[in-house]
Amino acid sequence: MYENPSDQNQSTQMTRSHIGTRFGDPIFQMLTFAFAIMVLLILGGVILTLCEGAWPALRVFGPAFVWTASWNPVTKNFGALVPLIGTMITALIAMLIGVPFSFGLALFLTEICPHGIRQPIAIAIELLAAVPSIIYGIWGLFILAPLFQRTIEPLLISSLGPLPLIGALFQGPPIGIGMLLAGLILGLMVLPFITAVMREVFLSVPQVLRESAYGLGATRWEVTWRVVLPYCRTGVVGGIMLGLGRALGETMAVTFVIGNAHHLSTSLLAPGTTISATLANEFTEADGEIYTASLIGLGLVLFVLTFFVLAIGKRLLLGAQARTTLA
Amino acid sequence: MNRSIVNRRHRIDLFVTILSTVMTGAVLFTLGAILVTLVWNGLPAIKPSLFLESTPPPGSKGGLANAIFGSLVMTLLGILIATPIGIFAGTFLAEYARDSWLAKTVRFINDILLSAPSIIIGLFVYSIVVVGMGHFSGWAGVVALAIIAIPIIVRTTEDMLLLVPDALREAGAALGTPRWMVITRISYRAAFQGLLTGVLLAVARVSGETAPLLFTALNNQFWNANLNAPMANLPVVIFQFAMSPYEDWRQLAWGGALLITMTVLALNIAARYSVNQRARS
Repeated sequence: MYENPSDQNQSTQMTRSHIGTRFGDPIFQMLTFAFAIMVLLILGGVILTLCEGAWPALRVFGPAFVWTASWNPVTKNFGALVPLIGTMITALIAMLIGVPFSFGLALFLTEICPHGIRQPIAIAIELLAAVPSIIYGIWGLFILAPLFQRTIEPLLISSLGPLPLIGALFQGPPIGIGMLLAGLILGLMVLPFITAVMREVFLSVPQVLRESAYGLGATRWEVTWRVVLPYCRTGVVGGIMLGLGRALGETMAVTFVIGNAHHLSTSLLAPGTTISATLANEFTEADGEIYTASLIGLGLVLFVLTFFVLAIGKRLLLGAQARTTLA
Repeated sequence: MNRSIVNRRHRIDLFVTILSTVMTGAVLFTLGAILVTLVWNGLPAIKPSLFLESTPPPGSKGGLANAIFGSLVMTLLGILIATPIGIFAGTFLAEYARDSWLAKTVRFINDILLSAPSIIIGLFVYSIVVVGMGHFSGWAGVVALAIIAIPIIVRTTEDMLLLVPDALREAGAALGTPRWMVITRISYRAAFQGLLTGVLLAVARVSGETAPLLFTALNNQFWNANLNAPMANLPVVIFQFAMSPYEDWRQLAWGGALLITMTVLALNIAARYSVNQRARS
């Protein structure tokens, strides 16, 4: 009987693919499943180790750890208040600078800019997000800080300092580094992230809505403010929250320019500290169980804070996304 | 029609248009200023000794060879660990689970990890690896960098696999191809450049990370290829040298900063280029 030499070959291939069907699928699926679960385990592990590491401090200080202002390695008395407030103030300044700028940039990129150069400008702004945070730190310390010290801060002190109420924010000697500079650099760093989200949600607004508003004689600003923005409000807020989450946790850039001083001050020009900067500066030098545990406790506070901010931001963005796909 | 109201509306519009143009200009100017000052201050430090000599004690000459080597090794190993994990997890989200509650949870948690403060990752790795081993080590740095890289790769893998048309998968399935083969031979092949982009972006992000290395790899003044010992790396050396009062250390810090920025920007542009190539074809 004539035997096709390729028959043998074919039948092994058949068996191989048969085995592949029977065992390949479950194995491959389990493999991908296991690694997906690993992502969950990483987050679970982070929460667990932070709680465990912070436990000695939390046991001694209790929940008051969060609102105690002292930070004294000698008397072993620690509280998170000063770095926590520093974190919030710098993040707030970052938002005050970052949000209007992001809005302006997103408006420019979606409505004003000629089509030919939209993409290059968007890429340039995304590159700003790619620059490592340590570069912002070194740039802030050596370039911006002297500029602040010599020009901007004296100007702020002489012009805004004498005013009632807000004058208290601009007191003290101009030393360059401090909360204001840290907030400014943070604002610059989160700006590309917020801009990217805002641009995306602006573009998700149906073109018909824009065109009908323009057709009624609305100006560019009115279209953006009264039509585009109300339509994608949740998405914009979600983007801002994601930016805020980043600003709260940013470490290196802040560590360079904040001055690392553990005291509360009403002046924005005074040096301060943030949770992440305290960790970066003190963690490897901490001696004694309670000191290390307190630092990990700071980390836990920061993690809880950013987790909620990011989770809310993400939720809002998902909601906005669901709405545009439905529409 | 009331002329003055129309004029006012147009004035507001003009004002906002100019303002947002100026804002964009200011941001682009800042990006330019950062790059120019980096090149201006860093270029004098870029000479052969930077790549050939180890970090010096203050007051003597040296380079960043040990730090560059440490950064390369740790980044490479971190990415080697993160890539399979990230790609498989992303595959699970895009190919198997899609809209199940588990996929939604993993996606959500992954996005949180993506923007979680990297210093927290450093604390985490410190608690499990450094405390476990009893000392700082290059391996701890590798683990920290891998954990930073995983969410980035998961995210891009999922996005890129979802771009592959389902018709391709169905065509494969109609020929009797098992599912895992559809994924590896069809989906992966169709999305290859996208997956590569994700890995490149992860390399770019990881190579500039400083905070998670502070408590894991620490630093090392000497040439060291032993991953069980503390390992020098560019970002931490830049941090230490820039904060020091010594002029020659600061000079090296600027050189390192220029080196890192150029690497990161080049990687980003390369990643973007590969995506554009894909979109065109």
